[in-house]
This record gives sequence, structure tokens and C-alpha cells, in this order.
Amino acid sequence: MGSYIPSTGEERQAMLQAIGLTSTDQLFDVVPESVRVRSLDLPEGLSELEVGQKMAELAAKNRVFPSVFRGAGAYRHYIPSIVKTVTSKEEFLTAYTPYQAEISQGVLQSIFEYQTQMCELTGMDVSNASVYDGAVAAAEAVFMCQERKRSAVVVSGAVDPQTIAVIKTYCESREVPVIVVPADGCATDPAAIQAALDGATAAVYVQSPNYYGVLEDMDAIVAATHAAGAKVIMGVNPISLGLLKTPGEYGVDIAVGEGQPLGMPLSFGGPYLGFMTCKKAMMRKLPGRIVGETKDDDGNRCFVLTLQAREQHIRREKASSNICSNEALCAMTASVYLAAMGPKGLRQAAESSAAHAHYLAGELAKLGFGLRSGDKPFFHEFLTDSPIEPETLCAKLEEQGILGGLPVDGGILWCCTECNSKAEIDRLIKVIGEVLA
Amino acid sequence: MKLLFERSRAGRGSDLLPACDVPVVTYDQGLLRAEAPRLPEMAEVDLSRHYTELAKQTHGVNDGFYPLGSCTMKYNPRVNEEAAAQPGFTQLHPLQPVETVQGALEVIYTAEKMLCEITGMDGMTFQPAAGAHGEYTGLLLIRKYHQSRGDTARTKIIVPDSAHGTNPASATMAGFKVVSVPSNEQGGVDLDALRKAVGPDTAGLMLTNPNTVGLFDPNILEITQIIHDAGGLCYYDGANLNAIMGHVRPGDMGFDCVHLNLHKTFSTPHGGGGPGSGPVGCKAMLAQFLPSPHVEEKDGKFVFAAPEHTMGQVRSFYGNFLVVVKALAYLITLGKEGIPEASAGAVLNANYLMKQLAGAYDMSYDTQCMHEFVMTLQGLAHDTGVTAMDVAKRLLDFGMHPPTMYFPLIVHEALMVEPTETESMETLDEAARVFLDILAEAKTDAESLHHAPHDCPIGRPDEVTAARSPILRYDFGA
Amino acid sequence: MSNIPENLKYSKSHEWVLEEDGVFTIGLTDYAQNALGDIVFINLPEEGDSVTAGESFSDVESVKAVSDVFSPVTGTVTAVNEALLDDPAQVNEAPYEAWLIKVSEVSDTEELLDAEGYEAVVAAEEA
Repeated sequence: MGSYIPSTGEERQAMLQAIGLTSTDQLFDVVPESVRVRSLDLPEGLSELEVGQKMAELAAKNRVFPSVFRGAGAYRHYIPSIVKTVTSKEEFLTAYTPYQAEISQGVLQSIFEYQTQMCELTGMDVSNASVYDGAVAAAEAVFMCQERKRSAVVVSGAVDPQTIAVIKTYCESREVPVIVVPADGCATDPAAIQAALDGATAAVYVQSPNYYGVLEDMDAIVAATHAAGAKVIMGVNPISLGLLKTPGEYGVDIAVGEGQPLGMPLSFGGPYLGFMTCKKAMMRKLPGRIVGETKDDDGNRCFVLTLQAREQHIRREKASSNICSNEALCAMTASVYLAAMGPKGLRQAAESSAAHAHYLAGELAKLGFGLRSGDKPFFHEFLTDSPIEPETLCAKLEEQGILGGLPVDGGILWCCTECNSKAEIDRLIKVIGEVLA
Repeated sequence: MKLLFERSRAGRGSDLLPACDVPVVTYDQGLLRAEAPRLPEMAEVDLSRHYTELAKQTHGVNDGFYPLGSCTMKYNPRVNEEAAAQPGFTQLHPLQPVETVQGALEVIYTAEKMLCEITGMDGMTFQPAAGAHGEYTGLLLIRKYHQSRGDTARTKIIVPDSAHGTNPASATMAGFKVVSVPSNEQGGVDLDALRKAVGPDTAGLMLTNPNTVGLFDPNILEITQIIHDAGGLCYYDGANLNAIMGHVRPGDMGFDCVHLNLHKTFSTPHGGGGPGSGPVGCKAMLAQFLPSPHVEEKDGKFVFAAPEHTMGQVRSFYGNFLVVVKALAYLITLGKEGIPEASAGAVLNANYLMKQLAGAYDMSYDTQCMHEFVMTLQGLAHDTGVTAMDVAKRLLDFGMHPPTMYFPLIVHEALMVEPTETESMETLDEAARVFLDILAEAKTDAESLHHAPHDCPIGRPDEVTAARSPILRYDFGA
Repeated sequence: MSNIPENLKYSKSHEWVLEEDGVFTIGLTDYAQNALGDIVFINLPEEGDSVTAGESFSDVESVKAVSDVFSPVTGTVTAVNEALLDDPAQVNEAPYEAWLIKVSEVSDTEELLDAEGYEAVVAAEEA
């Protein structure tokens, strides 16, 4: 049996004696006898060697695809070597939330740097220190927009279905109406959004690039929403912002998204990173931890958790959110990633992802996989028809070590990043050609 | 310490990506950002040194004793990290076909079975990403349960006044009204007040046991009975499970659902604030409402299924999966004997340290504690002007993370100490010596303590200015 | 010793009230600001909002606490001291100048104390 208790049996006896007891059982005398556990129905503990083997066996039961053309909310990008090196430093890994600023400047400064980077990336004024993931960030953003007379949120049907699902869960319990406006093909129709707005609309949630990879007509959506007196929340892929127009430039009120593409491996869905940035006017409505700059009593620059009176540990039932633990190490991951990539590297990742996706779309079209989004601009994902049943095709691809696009709405949602080289795409096309033949 | 942005020099950086081997896309100008983001431009060597320097200004469990009450800062075993770093876990796309991720599903399934056994629950979800997220999810289970019975008048959640701030905040998020009940003189739930608080509008009770003053409530069976008799359900806040695992199970105490903090009780690192994992377990009658998807075993294969009346999703995909991998490594390491031994060790260490301090410091409750204890420095503050904050800050000079300060709210000048089981006897002896030295200092040189710490990278920060005039990002200037 | 001007009226929950031509100006007393410590932010209502005697209309944040501010009157908010949003420290520095809101159309007031009566309340709390 493994154990992480350093004390020896004799030491434990000595400690028991010091507190006037003879056995550890007595430590639990206060527990009613009728509910005391005698023995757990669990396997015996294992040595470290056995644990390593057992965990390796479990990992070996999974299949890692060398070639991935699937995104839909989780993206395989190149992760610079330095990212993992930094985030596995034990000081960062094993620290708690930086409540004691005097011995936590490292974590606090890194969050401050992260906040700055996210503001730069999204073109917004203020960032929080992270929330659980992109979908939860979207739901929390909806709550930031709640006003006495405005509650409802209008959500585009072209948003990632998981994000819509989480918004619905969060809104149901608070009795916030959610109006999903169906997508017009692969894009949001600004006129349909406009038609859904009324005096009770608090916010519009739209994602661009959307679930189908299409860049939405943000200018029209923002204009219509603001004209109706509601806020715009824009979900965004952070890699795309190396290249594409920012939420800030579109004039939205809150930008949110899934930060996983910024240096986090796919990891079967988590840990991921929800990021949230907003205009200054909404700063005090941001949920979760925020780091601010100040001075210590000698006048040196330092960093602290600030605006804490918004938070649950002070405001309790009146807090706007209950979030406490967030995804701090993932935020640091994103920060190291962005620093390693720099503005040029990030732009390169964005351009390369888009370029490979467009190349793949062109090659697929030649095989009869029609692009469902027509001539609408898209980033690094796109939905096609499929001349063969999508699941059948994907199964064939998997035999060749390729994780194909995701079967969606009878078609296939494809994704490319800078990791998918031309040679890899050509091989995919060749295999598809063989399957079709 | 310079910021990344202050180390940046235009034109620096590494060649991380190859040149694009396909034609670049030409977007309309109106779709492009006007200016590049001002991200740092740095050589890898400078970037690497930057973070090494930041690491030196960060205190983790590996840097020293960390008795932060209610946070269970136990050692984070390395084998867990190694297990979770395997490509067979990190390189899995969450939307891979289920037959290609059988090992991952087995991780979730096995962790569910083991944690259900430890908590006395029948089903569990791993979608919640942290404890507060778990609380919210658990409360939605309670909400769905009452709704499914047409029992819509049940709108109130009872929370003791000693509870963590997340409890009432989560209840509000889940659409409930919060009723606070006072604690009795022993720090437990005041039974009379509880009886008066319950009624046909009671949806449930949120409770941690042992509670936030480190005491196991001996009336627990009566408490949960009062709630059940009133038609409510009982929610167990697992923040303090490290005190009791393997000795008594929330399910046997009358709780209907629980959340666990894998980053506390089950040894996964806290990462400077996250990621955590807040799985929620429940009794069979609530399992139909669990979030979707849920891992099940069917004909010898693991599959995803949607519980019959699922609440939907509280997060994307399946939660913080890699954290679950780490927790599973821990669970199989400890096993049936190691689990109760860990909690016994935690309770022993807390009592041992409390005993060493009890003569000098005032304990808020003068009785055997569970895995943590609360001291009140009210008397010291009155006599010498030295506050809990001063003592906490002085501890920093000795390489020790202070206890939780000013919590629970029902104790004045509180310091809440949780040593955990992974500290040795000599670490506890040394900590006791430091605590006692500081007390002596308080009586002779109070003024010096008001200015502690003296040997940290920075002195006390001006939090008032930080909050009054927030600077929340670097100012690049014009 | 708290500063308690003679010309004002007071609530037991430590707000001061100045009535002029049917307009009630409301702020926090010196005792209140002292007890709260350094105020870092004040959440204020909006013009046109109604307030109710005995109910919270605002809250005041210090670094590690948040406290409700209760309205001594029932009526409609006609002015809000927006300068406090940028500079909440004014309440600490000059509590009787840093008013929070002005209320008109007042239909009800809770029992208001004169300076002497309020001094007794403060004395009791300090004891």
C-alpha cells in the first residue's frame, strides 16, 4: 500500500500519547457508532511501480491519432517546448490561490501579465484571471449583463452547441429567458437577431468564428443590438485574433472564449481555460479573481488580488458569481504561450491554420464535398456536404490513423491548424479518394 | 521584477513554426485587426529566466509548510503528474469515437466507483471544474428533484452562518433563497434554530461536516433527519472530507448529494488557483438528473449516455479530465487502507499541533478537533494590539504559509490551521516553535509585528489603493 | 469621538439626512465611515429608482467587506453623487459633504433622531 504520511508508527504513537490518546480510532469517537465505516469496499493500495504500470495500461487503451482534422471546440495547435517547462515548475504547480501577496508575487505577476495579454488580444479594457472554460465564460457573461428591466439573452444558433447548452443550464436556474435564433445555413442572420430583440433583451451572444468556422457579420449584429439597448457578448477563438479584427474593434461589450488553443493540449476536454474581457464600464461586474497593481509599504511595485468585494467570500449570497478556484495554471500556460509566440508567431499560427483549412476545403470540393457556407469568409473550420455517409468515411480514415472531421448535421465539420502540413492534407485527400473509389 | 512587456525588444523571438506551405488566405481588410497585439517579443532564454525568477517569488507546498485551513494543502505526489502527462491522455481529442478512448472512460468510470464507495453515493459526474462549480451542480440536482415532483414551493436553502461563502453564493446562482441558521456554542448547527427554519419551502440544507471550525457535528443524524422530515434534501460540502474519508460516509450520515474537491482531498495540485475538479456524487434517486454525458458500462464497453432527466451541461465535455487522472492515481495508491489512514493522519497532526499551541494561543473551541482547528487572537489583539493579520504576516518570514485568516466569520481574529497528514512530526514541532516565538514577540515588540513581514520579496501591499484606483493591465504608454 | 453635526437628522443605521424643501439628502455618518474603514467603492442606485425606508439602497465596499446602506425614507431618487464612483475616499474624508443620494416625493420616513439622540446610539455601540 502506498502512503504519503511521513510519520513512522513510533512517531504516531508518540503524537497520540502527546494528545492523551492510545489509538487513532479514538480520533473519531465523536462519529456516531451506527455510521462508522469498518472497511471500505476498495482494492488494496499499490506501490508506485504498480501505479505507474496501471496508469500506463489505461493510457494504452486510448488511441492517439497522429493526424487530426477535428476541432469543434478543442484544437490541436503546436505547443512550444518552453510552455510545459514553465508550467511544471513546482512553485507554480503546488501553490494555492495567491491570497498572501508577499510570498505570491510570481503567481500574481503572471496573472497580471495574462490579463494584459488577453486585453491586447481581444482589444478590450479589462480581463479577469480566468473561469472554468469557454462555455462557462459565456454563461457568466450573460449574468454580467443582467439589469433590472433587461434579462433575456438572444443566442445565435451558429454558436457551439455545448456553449448553448451551458448557457441554458445556467439561465434556467436564474429564470433568465434564452432565445436561440436559428442559424441561416452556417451563419447568423443579423436581421433575425434584430427581430428577436426587444426592451427585455439584456444581451446578444454570438460567436465568430462561429461553430461552423464562419466569420459573422459582427458590424451589423453589434449595430442592431446596441440600437436596441442591449449588450453584445462575442465568443471568439483566441488564435484567430493573431490576424482577425478584435472584439474591441467591433465595439462589443464583453469578449469571451475557450483559451485551450493557447498552449493547452487536447487532454480529452480539460483542463481548459475560460477567458473573459470587457469594457471598463463593466469592470465591477466581471466574475472571479482579478489581479491589480499597487505598491508595498516601501513604495515598490507589486501585485494583489483586488476588487474582492465582488466575490463570494465577501458578498456571499449577493455575489454575482460563486466562482472561487479558477484555471490559474491554464492562464499561466496561455500567458507563456503568447509570450513565446509573440505577435509574429501568433499571426503565423493564425495564418497557417486558415491557409491549410482553405487548401483542404479546395481539395475536398474537387472530391464532391461541397462547402456549406458558400462564399462566406471562414477561419480554420468549415462544414461540407459528404458524398458518402460521414460516419462511414470517418471510420475508414481512422483505420489509416486519421481523425477526420466531425460528423455534424449530415455533413462534416473539418478543421486545420498549423500542425496539418500540406503533405498531411494531401495524404488525407488521397485516402478519401480511395474510399470514394 | 520586470514585466514581460518591459523585457520585450522589437524583432526578438524564436522560429517556432515552419513557413506556410500552402497559399495564404487573403481576407477583406475589414476582417483584419488594425494593429498587432502588443505581445512580448523575447528570446527563449530571457523568457525562461523570467519565469524562473517568478517561481522564486512563489510559495508552493514544495516550498514549505502550508497549513491553510479549509484548503487541504497536502503534498502532490509526482507519480500522479507522470500519469497525467502521458500522451495517451493529453493527446486525446474530446470528440474522438468512444471505442478509441476506452482507457479514458475507464479512468472516469473507475474514479466514479471508488469515490462513490468513499462517499456512500450511487452516481457521480466529473463535469464540474471546481468546488463551487460542484456546489452549483449539486444544488441543481436538488432543484430538479423538487421540480420533477411538482414541489415548486421549495425555494429555500438553509446554510449555517459558519459556511464557506461559496455556499450561499451557489444557492443564489441555482435560483434559491438563502436562509442562514446560527451555530450553537459548540460551533455546530443549532438544532432548535434549524427546526424553526425548516418548512414546506425548504429545498435543502448545505453543510460541511466537520464544519468550518474543524469540529464534527455529533448531531449530524438528527440534523439530516430534520431536513428530510421537512421534505428537503441534504447537500454535503466536501471541502473537509479529508477529515473523515474511510471513517464515515456522507451518504450514511443522511446526505443526498456531495461535491468533492479533488484538488484538496485527493492530492491534485492547486496550480496557484486552479485547475481543480469538483465531482458531484448523488443518491440513486438523483442520478437521473446528473449532467450529460455520463460514463456507463454496457456489454463490457464504456459508453457515454445521457441521464434520463439530465440537467444538461454545466461545462463543455467531461470536466477537467487530467485532474481526474491524477486523483485516480492517488486513489489506487492509497486503496482501502490508505484512505482511512490518510484522514486519521490528518486528524492526528491537527490535534498534535493544536495541543502544542493550546496553552499559549486561545482555541475558539476547547475540544478535540478533526483535521483543522481555529484559534482566536481576539485576546491577544486586545492586550497587545497584535492581530491575526500581524501574526500571519510574521509567519511568512519563517518560510511558512500562514493559516487561513479571518475565517470562519463567526470567530473573531480567527486563524484556521490545517496541517494535513503529509507533514512530519518535526515539521509540526518546528511550526509550533515559530508560533510560540511570534507570540513572545507580540508581547515584547508589537510594533515590529505590525510591519511584518520583514524578509519577503515585498512588504505589505497597499490594497486600498489597488481597489480604489484599479490598475488591471500593463500601461504601454502612448 | 465621532463628529455629529447639530443641523442634521440621523437613522439608527448610521445614515444622516438633510431635508430642504422636500428634498432629502442622504449620506453616511462619521461614525459609519470610521467603522467601515477605507472605502474603496460605493454601489449607488440610479436616478428615478425608488427607495424604501428601512431597506438597502446601496452598498459600500472596503477591501475585505461589503456593507449595506439603508434608506431612512421612502421616495424617488432624484440625484446621485456620481463623483463618489471615481473617488469613494470622499466619504472617509468628509462624510457630511460626500452625500450619496437625494430623494424627493417622500411618502414615509423612519423615526429620525436628532444629534443628541444619535450620539446616544453611537455611545451605546461604542460601549
